[in-house]
Amino acid sequence: MRKFSLLDGLVVPLDRANVDTDAIIPKQFLKSIKRSGFGPNAFDEWRYLDHGEPGMDNSKRPLNKDFVLNLPRYKGAQILLARENFGCGSSREHAPWALEDFGFIVIIAPSYADIFFNNCFKNGLLPIRLAADKVDALFKAVEANNGYKLKVDLEKQAITAPDGTEYKFEVDAFRKDCLLNGLDDIGLTLQHVGEIKAFEAKHRAAQPWLFA
Amino acid sequence: MSTKTLYDKLWDSHVVQQDADGTALIYIDRQLVHEVTSPQAFEGLKLAQRKPWRTASMLAVPDHNVPTTNRAAGIADPISRLQVETLDANCVEYGVVEFKMNDIRQGIVHVIGPEQGATLPGMTVVCGDSHTSTHGAFAALAHGIGTSEVEHVMATQCLVAKKSKAMLVKVEGALGKGVTAKDIALAVIGKIGTAGGTGYAIEFAGSAIRALSMEGRMTLCNMAIEAGARAGMVAADDTTIAYVKGRPFAPKGGDWDKAVTYWKTLHSDAGAKFDATVELDAAQIKPQVTWGTSPEMVVAVDGCVPDPASASDAVKRGDWERALAYMGLKANTPITEIKIDKVFIGSCTNGRIEDMRAAAAVAKGKKVAANVKLAMVVPGSGLVKQQAEQEGLDKILIAAGFEWRDPGCSMCLAMNDDRLEPGERCAATSNRNFEGRQGQGGRTHLVSPEMAAAAAIAGHFVDVSKE
Repeated sequence: MRKFSLLDGLVVPLDRANVDTDAIIPKQFLKSIKRSGFGPNAFDEWRYLDHGEPGMDNSKRPLNKDFVLNLPRYKGAQILLARENFGCGSSREHAPWALEDFGFIVIIAPSYADIFFNNCFKNGLLPIRLAADKVDALFKAVEANNGYKLKVDLEKQAITAPDGTEYKFEVDAFRKDCLLNGLDDIGLTLQHVGEIKAFEAKHRAAQPWLFA
Repeated sequence: MSTKTLYDKLWDSHVVQQDADGTALIYIDRQLVHEVTSPQAFEGLKLAQRKPWRTASMLAVPDHNVPTTNRAAGIADPISRLQVETLDANCVEYGVVEFKMNDIRQGIVHVIGPEQGATLPGMTVVCGDSHTSTHGAFAALAHGIGTSEVEHVMATQCLVAKKSKAMLVKVEGALGKGVTAKDIALAVIGKIGTAGGTGYAIEFAGSAIRALSMEGRMTLCNMAIEAGARAGMVAADDTTIAYVKGRPFAPKGGDWDKAVTYWKTLHSDAGAKFDATVELDAAQIKPQVTWGTSPEMVVAVDGCVPDPASASDAVKRGDWERALAYMGLKANTPITEIKIDKVFIGSCTNGRIEDMRAAAAVAKGKKVAANVKLAMVVPGSGLVKQQAEQEGLDKILIAAGFEWRDPGCSMCLAMNDDRLEPGERCAATSNRNFEGRQGQGGRTHLVSPEMAAAAAIAGHFVDVSKE
């Protein structure tokens, strides 16, 4: 997994609550058996005016010029600013794959759906929770200032705004460690093979029908 | 001894090890697998030269991409076909039991698990699908995971997890005529919102829940994720045990008796502490209809489309305005005046035999309204379909003008050819009314099977509690 520690990135504001994973990556793109290549179809139904299907040349499709990700001032954004319950709905990991492939590294929102939140950390994406009033202030600042960037420091768990305002954020120690070091979860878990086998033997003795 | 919630019991009995910060390794008893979220996980195993830890814990089925008509001709879309063939090949390579597309046991993963007895009380159940919460109806700890976690469970039989908080949703009293588990689910979501359960595992309890069949409990737990809770669950009781008995994967002989003794302990102890409690009076719940693009945008059928002017804050007002524009609805329109173009009865929420019976009971001797272009019934599995046909439900539905299809996820998420055209309005028994969920530009209203069938007959929503 890609390591993450520091970012000084352009922010794009997606001002709506309950953005679901169907919106982040529509179902027709889930037919892929690969992990990569979803970025051009991130937010497909909002980004393009036509109906997207896998295999299309996305560079030739008509863009919805009003959609925030298509505004020239946000080109190259690496930080997605969002509202409550971001990533709700389907568990599809294609959603973080699409966001990551699009170029995002950090998401900032007041809250996330649990499965999406979890999936982000497996893909080198950092979802940050900030209080709703702070997110609101950031929305105002981004919209008021062209080229608005934020500095995100995972080690220090802090976001710094151009005016020097610092926003501290919480992150699980385990997830932080994995992200900072680009660690593979499976490798870490397999360090506990002995405990897993011991648990399994005990579990099998207690509930043999689970192993029939 | 301290009192425990059902969730505490399920969690505690599966902790392999736990760090000081609460991050734990949880042992997984059952992993259900479908074609959409597994190919990258199998590929990851292969690249790392790993093998599944315990293939016998896995059960696979293609459901999202499968056609619901003319299945003998195979899957026309080459990309969908490749995904299903990839699942088939992976299952052969790793020795995973799979019910292939033309197997009578094939169906929606959350229908076939319980149907086969592959979901049992006391289990931890995962699947790369958010509606895995369905299986919590069996007093199991069940939730959706991402594809990285699918691979992790394949390789290690464990999941890295932190314990959620516990929420009790207590529904007391008797449901009124025409009011179902689906209406309880939608009423709960209407009350707490789609993020109300975020960070929680929800236990549904109370006399109204105990009175539900297993099918009803599955409908309810299925929708826990729409309230933001990864897991929903119901205590095991005689209804649970009677449902499980005799199913192909259920314990037999001496194991059965031992299992039943254990399963009877799978309930929250008296006085167990929950982090949050929500109470509903069953008698007050009316048939529910969603009006917007989030399951929390829901009202009773005798209500009206709300006015964004009455929204509590600016963000919500913006969401409501956007939802009304997308749905092509005007504020203050009575729900019963909303006309529909299509009807979809099926999905992991409402694709079980009781749902088929409920739809047929409403449709019997009637005709689908002229303005309804398509009313389709998609059984949740081949065995549900077979059972329904043995009961003659297919004939009743077909005579009324419904299409009777082959099992799969179908128009719940429209990954196959079953979808809405832009602007079409659908009464659907599925679980999500998101923009584009049933097809780009499609407009979804979530309802119970009774309500969907009644809407098909009338051509608009009707209050089945008054019929």
